[in-house]
Amino acid sequence: MDHLNSYLVLSAILFSLGLYTVVTRRNAVAILMGVELILNAANINFVAFSKFVTHNLDGHLISVFIIMLAAAEAAVALAIILNLYNDRGHINVDEANALKQ
Amino acid sequence: MADFIFWIIWALIVASAALVAFGNNLIHSVFALMGTFLGVAGIYIFLNADFLAVTQIVVYVGGILVLLIFGIMLTNKISTAQISQSSVQKGLGVAVVLSILAIILTSVLPHDWTGSLEPMAFEDTVEGIGILLFTDYLILFEIASVLLLGALIGAATLARKEL
Amino acid sequence: MIKLSLFILFLPLLSFVLQIFFGRRFEEKKGEWVSIGIQLSTLVMTLVMLVMMLSKSDPKFSLELHQSWLDLGMFKIDLGIYIDNITIIMLNVVALISSLVHIYSTAYMAGDVRYSRYFGFLGIFTFSMYGIVLANSLFMIYIFWELVGLSSYLLIGHWWEKDSAADAGKKAFITNRVGDIGMFTGMLIIATVLGTFNFQLIAERIHDGVWAANAGMLFGGIAPHKLLTIAGVLVFMGAVGKSAQFPLHVWLPDAMEGPTPVSALIHAATMVAAGVYLTVRIFPFLTADAMATIAFIGGFTAIYAATVAITQNDIKKVLAYSTVSQLGYMIMALGTGAYVAGFFHLVTHAMFKGALFLASGSVIHAMHHSLHHLDDHETDPQDMRNMGGLKAKMPITFGVFMVTTAAISGIPLFSGFLSKDAILAGTWAYAANVHDGWLAALHLAWILPVFGFGAAAITAFYMFRLIFMTFYGEAKKPAIFKHIQESPKAMTIPLIILAVMSLFIVFTLPSINPVSNQGWFTTVVQSPESAVTTGAAFDLEHFEHGLHEAHLPAMITSLVVAGLGILLSVLVYLLNKISAEKIAVKLGALYRGSFNKWYMDEFYINGVIRPFLKGCDAVARFDLDFYDHYLINGWGRNVKKTSKGVGLADDLIVDGAVNFSGIIFQWLGWTLKFVQTGKIQNYLIFVLIGAALLFVVNVF
Repeated sequence: MDHLNSYLVLSAILFSLGLYTVVTRRNAVAILMGVELILNAANINFVAFSKFVTHNLDGHLISVFIIMLAAAEAAVALAIILNLYNDRGHINVDEANALKQ
Repeated sequence: MADFIFWIIWALIVASAALVAFGNNLIHSVFALMGTFLGVAGIYIFLNADFLAVTQIVVYVGGILVLLIFGIMLTNKISTAQISQSSVQKGLGVAVVLSILAIILTSVLPHDWTGSLEPMAFEDTVEGIGILLFTDYLILFEIASVLLLGALIGAATLARKEL
Repeated sequence: MIKLSLFILFLPLLSFVLQIFFGRRFEEKKGEWVSIGIQLSTLVMTLVMLVMMLSKSDPKFSLELHQSWLDLGMFKIDLGIYIDNITIIMLNVVALISSLVHIYSTAYMAGDVRYSRYFGFLGIFTFSMYGIVLANSLFMIYIFWELVGLSSYLLIGHWWEKDSAADAGKKAFITNRVGDIGMFTGMLIIATVLGTFNFQLIAERIHDGVWAANAGMLFGGIAPHKLLTIAGVLVFMGAVGKSAQFPLHVWLPDAMEGPTPVSALIHAATMVAAGVYLTVRIFPFLTADAMATIAFIGGFTAIYAATVAITQNDIKKVLAYSTVSQLGYMIMALGTGAYVAGFFHLVTHAMFKGALFLASGSVIHAMHHSLHHLDDHETDPQDMRNMGGLKAKMPITFGVFMVTTAAISGIPLFSGFLSKDAILAGTWAYAANVHDGWLAALHLAWILPVFGFGAAAITAFYMFRLIFMTFYGEAKKPAIFKHIQESPKAMTIPLIILAVMSLFIVFTLPSINPVSNQGWFTTVVQSPESAVTTGAAFDLEHFEHGLHEAHLPAMITSLVVAGLGILLSVLVYLLNKISAEKIAVKLGALYRGSFNKWYMDEFYINGVIRPFLKGCDAVARFDLDFYDHYLINGWGRNVKKTSKGVGLADDLIVDGAVNFSGIIFQWLGWTLKFVQTGKIQNYLIFVLIGAALLFVVNVF
């Protein structure tokens, strides 16, 4: 617990799992969950570097802003998902391929 | 003892995140996500980030998670606590993500980040964050308030029935 | 006081905005009373200012407020308000007449198609007139000068369905423009030399010799006092247009196409007096030569317009020419240096001429009603030959007419006597005191008093002719006469108020001597010092002395000539001892000249407008036949031929290249389109693969 690498490995695994969720899930809400995982992974990195390397609170500040950003993003993304649902009756991202035409 | 708890939390995070990524039931995934968030809050405590730990719980667990649950409930016809979900391009996904993980680990771990530096134990971060927020990060703070307002209005506009 | 004046200035604008935007909706609900209320409130404020002024009784009193408007480094324009005794008196005149006209119009304009808009236009007119009165600089006066021109145009053309009204509006606007060009040029000369438009600063700087120092250098070595004369006369040209002086007077009689209350307010009492007011403002820096020019223009206008007024049959036309003539009087007075007399006549004239117009409106209104009753649309309700004997039917209107005619004719006990007498004494003193220059050599200056007394006699004659034709004798059209009735109270009360204002005592208090104009007015209004130091300046002190000496002989003469005029009028039109037709036949050419306004309109049409249009025609034909046909079209034909060749090359070579590259990309697109699945997660995977590959390439 007093070694930076344990945090970095945790963060990397969390990031990978988040990335996998984003890439493979069909459900839009699940993708959103993956995004939250990625953001959390980043936050852990920031705070860990703050403690072990830079020795100041800048990392914490960035984390605060990321959390705020995540909240805003979740709100807007959910609004979009609701619209998608109203429009199509489902929220499967792989079927939302109107861009192809 | 502390070491032991740390690794427990570590494992909890990885396990619950894996459930989020691989689980077949959407409801389970969401609750696993809550475990991840709480675990990350615990990690923050080990990193002496008391303010962030509290913020993590309040915002993520209290706010975002609830939003996600709302999102799920509003977009499914719920009859049981079972909402199955499926994935696409699993094989390709695993391959790519594993390679990216490998790249991260191979590039990050060998590097000596700390050198001879001792880890710093912050006493109380709230005061420091508060001061920084209103001095060095003031503009960022103000922009963040505008962003939140924008998100508020945007979400409200988008969620209306007739767009 | 400054704050009060700002309220006075902007309240009528509010009235305009309200009437224009909301007036239509409240036409049925007495919406016009909002405007009347606003107007009356400004009247109360001006009265407060008048009382404050009278309690001070300081002839040198003045206040100024200015605000920088345009600052271009060396050149600054300030806008602002300047208040002195003249301003306050003028404000009162405008406010009083405007208020009375507002009230009068409720009856006169009742049922009009554009009733609320009419009141809105009255509002913007009053606003702009206050602006002229309060202006502290030539520039500010110019802004409002154009605004009164605009509102005058709008109101003359109020009944624009009638071609004559629309034309009259245009004529007024364009004729004024001619004068305004001169005014603007004069302003620019003054501003170039002195760097300011402000009246006080202009006078100050001229007095301090700035003009003498700069003028020659800036304008190619011209003698400074000559340039000042030119500048003064040019600025005065604005007054020539606005105050309808010869030769730009032609618009005023035509302006009578507007509603009669408008004629009273704008074309008799206030706006046309703006020219006189401008001359009052620039008086301190007029040179003696400029003043002589002004005096002759004024004097000639006075006698010229009077001769035209004799033969007109339209009641409003008579009054219109009378107005031109009286404005000539005022201008002549200022030109001869009789500053107080000129401004005094402006005030008294505003009252009695306003009343005369409103009274004539009352007559026209009655005639109109009667004609309407008879369903007669042929007979002209303004023609005096259709009236006669109205005295019995319209006693109040008749009484007002009598009082105000007495005032304009210069009969003692009425205001006009005092002011006209002062002017005539001024011309007399001027003629007697010119000792050097070309004026003295030929005794030309004596023309001015001759003009003045001549115009006084003619004025008395035609005004009584108007009364006798309208109110005395037998009714010429008994059918119409039967249905004539006195106008409603909203019209007669303003008339009575203005008639009372035409009594001498209003202007002479606390003195009650009917033959001397000494009183509050002469206490607060006194000639300003002339600022002119270079060349011929006007000798004010000498003149005042002469004025005193000329007072008594001028008064006696004016009484004699006015008496003669009235006597002749009585003989011809009341007692019918002398036949007007026989005189007309005997005078022949003179009568026709007067009847046709000495052919001034014809002169303009044939002498100015037609040749100009012909010139335009010729230029247009040159343009069409030569320029268009040979140069433009020829060039066009050549270009067309060249383009055909170029087009062919374009089709083969350039388009070929473009099409070829198009085909290549079409093929590329067709082959690559299978990568585009439209699924966002596919794209994301591609991105990730790309990122991983980049890393690999980077490391190895």
